[in-house]
Order: sequence, then C-alpha cells, then structure tokens
Amino acid sequence: MDHTFDANSLNPDMIDKKRSNKLASSKMLSNIAQIRLVSNHPEVYEPCDDSFALVDALLADRTNLLNMQPRFCMEVGSGSGYVIASLAIMLHQGCSGAQYFATDINPHAAETTAATLEAHGVHAEIICTDLASGLGKRLAGMVDVIVVNPPYVPTPDDEVGCKGITSSWAGGENGRKVIDRILPVVHSLLSEKGWLYMVTLTANNPSQICSMMREMGYASRIVVQRSTEEESLHIIKFWREHTEKGSGSSWLSQFPLLSFWRSSGAKESGI
Amino acid sequence: MRLLTHNMLSCNIKGVKNGYPLRLEAEKWTEKEVDFNAKFLRGIFPKIDWPALVGSARSFGFNDLLPDEAPDSSLLASDDDLLRRFHHALLEIHVEEGGLVCPETGRRFPINKGIPNLLLHEDEV
Repeated sequence: MDHTFDANSLNPDMIDKKRSNKLASSKMLSNIAQIRLVSNHPEVYEPCDDSFALVDALLADRTNLLNMQPRFCMEVGSGSGYVIASLAIMLHQGCSGAQYFATDINPHAAETTAATLEAHGVHAEIICTDLASGLGKRLAGMVDVIVVNPPYVPTPDDEVGCKGITSSWAGGENGRKVIDRILPVVHSLLSEKGWLYMVTLTANNPSQICSMMREMGYASRIVVQRSTEEESLHIIKFWREHTEKGSGSSWLSQFPLLSFWRSSGAKESGI
Repeated sequence: MRLLTHNMLSCNIKGVKNGYPLRLEAEKWTEKEVDFNAKFLRGIFPKIDWPALVGSARSFGFNDLLPDEAPDSSLLASDDDLLRRFHHALLEIHVEEGGLVCPETGRRFPINKGIPNLLLHEDEV
C-alpha cells in the first residue's frame, strides 16, 4: 500500500509534527500515543488517516469518557496498538482503575500492539483471536468502551480472512463482511452504559449500519467526519437508548409522568 | 496475561459446553506491580469466578493467597489485607509463556510472550 511507503520514508518525528499541526488548537498531543514509539512489522497495518480519525474522535469525547469512568475498555483488531495505547494514555489521569483488552486475529499484530503499549508505559491485556472469540461468555455485558477500526475496504469476498496484513483491510462486498460480524459481538459485550466507537467508510453505507444498530436498541452520532484523498471516513459513536423495558429511566416510562404534569399544569393555569 | 484475563477466557471451539475454566499451565511467569485501585476491585469482585481465580493462583504455588470460599463482599470493604491479596492475584501475576487447556477437549491454546492464542483450526470453527 502506498501509505506504508510514505510512513517509512518520513522521519517519525515529522509525522508526529504533522499530527501536532492538525491538532495544534487542541494541544492534546501529549495525551495520545506517539508515532515514533509505535512498533511496526511488515504484516501489520501502520497508523494511518483512519487510525488518526478514530483517536481524534476519542479525544473529542474524552471528557465524556472520563465522566463515564469505564471499568473495561476493549479494542477489537488493535493492529499496531496505536489506538488502544492512545485510549489508555488519554484516560490514565482520572480513570486509573480502567482495564484494557486488545484483540487481533493476526499474531504479528498482537505482538506489535504489545510492543507499542510497552513503549508508552501503558498496559492492555492482548488476546490473539477472531474478534472477541473466547471472551464472549464471561465478558458479556461488562465492557464499557469498545473501539473498532474494522477492515472496511470493499474487496472480493474471498480476500476476507486472509492471513497477515490483508486481514486488516479486506472487507468483502461493500466492506461489510467483517463489520456485520462485529456488530452482534459488540452488542453482546457492551454494558448497559457502554459505548462503541467505529470507523466506517461511505462505501460501507454507514446509515444502514446505524439502522441495524437501532434495531438492536442503539442511538448513534457521527463524532468525526473526514475526507482524505482516498476515502471519506465517519467515526460513529453508538450507545444504548434505554427505551427497552426493564430500564428504570426509559423514555417510554416518562410518558405517564409527562401527561400528569401536563394535566396538573393545565389545572393551575385554569385552562 | 494476567489472571483477570484467564478468569474471562473460555474455550471457543464449536460445540464445546464445558470449556471453563481453562487449565493454566505456566512455564514462565513474573510478578509486576500494578496501581492499587480499591474501587475497581470492589466493583469487579462480583464478576470474578472465585474458584477459577483461586485455582489459577494455586498453579503458581500461591496456596494461601486467597481463601477457598469466595468472601462476602462486605469483607472486601473492611479487610484491606484481603483486598490487596485479591489485587495481587488478579492483576500482578503475569504469565509470559505457557498454555491454556480446555477441560472438555484437552485442546491446548499456547501463551507466547504474554499473549494467549485462541485462534482455531478450520475443523474447530
């Protein structure tokens, strides 16, 4: 891929500087992972525009994340480890009890994630597995924050699940083969208050992804929208709407109260 | 891999019903200091499978670190020593090399450089 060459030919400090200029107004660079400390391997996807957009979305939502006080955070498909390291760094102050998990189907990526985390002095538990296979039973309903930069590039279906770096980008028809497998897994893992942040491409039909998630009870919002030379990216945040029964403060349960308030208000005003 | 993770992992082979807890075979392990956070520990306690945690700690020779029976959660609020031992078992023991063995099938998942590998063979999916 072209960007692999670009990244290698640039001095890592230059890339950090480029990042720093993009974020100059926010002055938050020290709150995220540094490119020069990110480990690499020929079979592992290097941090690129999509990774930067995802980290920028997390930074933009950092105050909310700190207020939420997540217990478990997880990245599905951590690749170089740039995103999970950034999340751990930005939440380190003010959220010290949080524990991090990172998974990747590519063993080289799992090791690269470990090296990147170590270089930044932060920790995540790394599991080499397909999505969250093996964690689903015990971690169900316990993960407060999930971040995913999925393989979203439209490709022939038979490229999905290939070994090595191909697994980091090959997304099959409309780039949706893996995304559509991730959504139910995330639904099962997320806690009641849990949030998902996911990278999507316009070609993935993000509005359809949002309506699929809506059917499972999630509201959504675009946190970051970014067009690069090659692609148009959306970082979407999903959270449970709490409209289902069993949720005490549900939107529906507010109705009787609302009508009571209305009728009493009407009496007082003499209408 | 910390024992917290061991506590959360099950065998993922298709059709396996009793894939938990995985038997821990630790060939190389270390102890690393981790920031103590009482709030996290008390919050996570009800979610931990206590016998699995005690069993995994024993596999390192920590026979008396934790009581056999899960303590009452009120004890964790008052007994700082117990909370610190729970902290040590859950977060400060790191398995570097070894394996996780499924209790039903005997399938061994390797742990290399601290990373458990749960990737399945084609006939296991």
